[in-house]
Amino acid sequence: MGKFDTKKLLPLVGPLLLYAVWEFALDSKAIKPVLLPPPMDTLQYLWGSITSGAVNKDLLATILRTVYAFVIATVIGVPLGIALGSSVNLYRSVEFLVDFFRSTPSSALIPLFLLIFGITDTNKVAIAAFAAVLVIIFNSAYGVMNAKKTRVMAAITMGIPRRFIFKDVLLMESLPQTFVGLRGGISMALVIVIVAEMFIGSENGLGHRIIDAQQVFNVKEMYSSILITGALGYVMNLAFLMLERHLIHWSGKA
Amino acid sequence: MTTVLQLPAVAGTHVTIRGLHKSFAGVPLYQEFNLDIPRGKIISIFGPNGCGKSTLINMISGLTAIDSGEILFDGKSLKETDIGYVFQNYRDALFPWMSAWDNIAYPLKRRGLGADKVKARVRELADLFEIKFNLGLFPYELSGGQQQTVCIMRALATKPEILFLDEPFSALDFEMTLFIRAKLQEANLLAGVTMMIVSHDLEDAVFLADRILLLTRRPTRVAEFMHFDMPRPRAPEAVSAPEFIQTKSAALQIFQREMRS
Repeated sequence: MGKFDTKKLLPLVGPLLLYAVWEFALDSKAIKPVLLPPPMDTLQYLWGSITSGAVNKDLLATILRTVYAFVIATVIGVPLGIALGSSVNLYRSVEFLVDFFRSTPSSALIPLFLLIFGITDTNKVAIAAFAAVLVIIFNSAYGVMNAKKTRVMAAITMGIPRRFIFKDVLLMESLPQTFVGLRGGISMALVIVIVAEMFIGSENGLGHRIIDAQQVFNVKEMYSSILITGALGYVMNLAFLMLERHLIHWSGKA
Repeated sequence: MTTVLQLPAVAGTHVTIRGLHKSFAGVPLYQEFNLDIPRGKIISIFGPNGCGKSTLINMISGLTAIDSGEILFDGKSLKETDIGYVFQNYRDALFPWMSAWDNIAYPLKRRGLGADKVKARVRELADLFEIKFNLGLFPYELSGGQQQTVCIMRALATKPEILFLDEPFSALDFEMTLFIRAKLQEANLLAGVTMMIVSHDLEDAVFLADRILLLTRRPTRVAEFMHFDMPRPRAPEAVSAPEFIQTKSAALQIFQREMRS
């Protein structure tokens, strides 16, 4: 056994600090326990809802909605982004629309989607997919547009037919940026799903769980649900980063 | 406009350029440019900055469109001709998602060559270039010189009739430059491939060349198409031989004359 590198413990500093501040805020009576339960109680409650399976139904509902929205956004966004990116003129024609709606908080469009889809599950998935698809289109298109010209020229001098240059070079060149878009897209989908679960009549989902707990002033459940939602977002991002590192091994190196 | 019918190529010509015109943003770079590039020779292109050395090989290789004129390879068009091209920036030229081996094999596979033939050809190239590093590595795991070697192997894989090299040494250390100089000579002797090398270093230009194409400032003309018949293979010490020094200083004189004019 080699000497343990204490630097490996550094990532723990932040969470411990947060715990201490949380505890201190209550001990110093700066915040009332009615608004903020003690951290240990909250963590115990969190543990309880996981081991008892109480949170499973809501967690699964949120995951499913996010995954549906993400899959729809990917299936539409990646091919569309790549098509737009391969024709600069085409992209310039729709650039304003993409940028405009990308800059519009998608939650602002909830009323519009309510009109179209009504208070349904489809509505939540649809608006999350809409938000995610814009991020994905934008990144895939730029991935293609920023492809290294030299690589394309190298393929041209080899006498590679156009369709293969597209498939073998442009598509591969766009992958690192496409993955940035996919990672952004799934985070976006989760955000919108949570918001939709809060404000579009819902019977399950983490967003519903948070707002329900707040309505009945069950603060322990509220905080533990917030923590679970945060953990879900973190794990999704981490999973994508690991997938990216494995699949797009050349990203940032070439 | 001149065509090859009015001005036939001299014997032993590989590439004929006739009546070539090219302007950038209205400023003429090439006007009524005619040139015969001899077969199987190494031609170095040297000239003042901005005279269009790289543009010339890019026009011949089809990377840059010409305004008018004709460029023929033994009377054939570019489409009917196998070419190879080695870029100055090897990092941006290799495909980082493929191993070095797959990079070299790629143009062969896309031509529909069988797996056995592809393997045999890559092995042949690896022998010629005395490859001692692992070709299974990805380009970003190789040194700069190794990457440029892989680029040259890939460009030679399909046995092109002509190889274009755009300042292939400018990002390499001296040791690697010596190595690649030697290997290019070998490849030229072995396969008789015509090579056109753009160079900004007069010593590099003269060392490899059978012919040194000296260009003027724009609008670009041929200042001189010098011969350099020193026997091959030329060892690194060739640079101190009297005939080398003589040719180099003659080229320098022409270059300076053109800079002053």
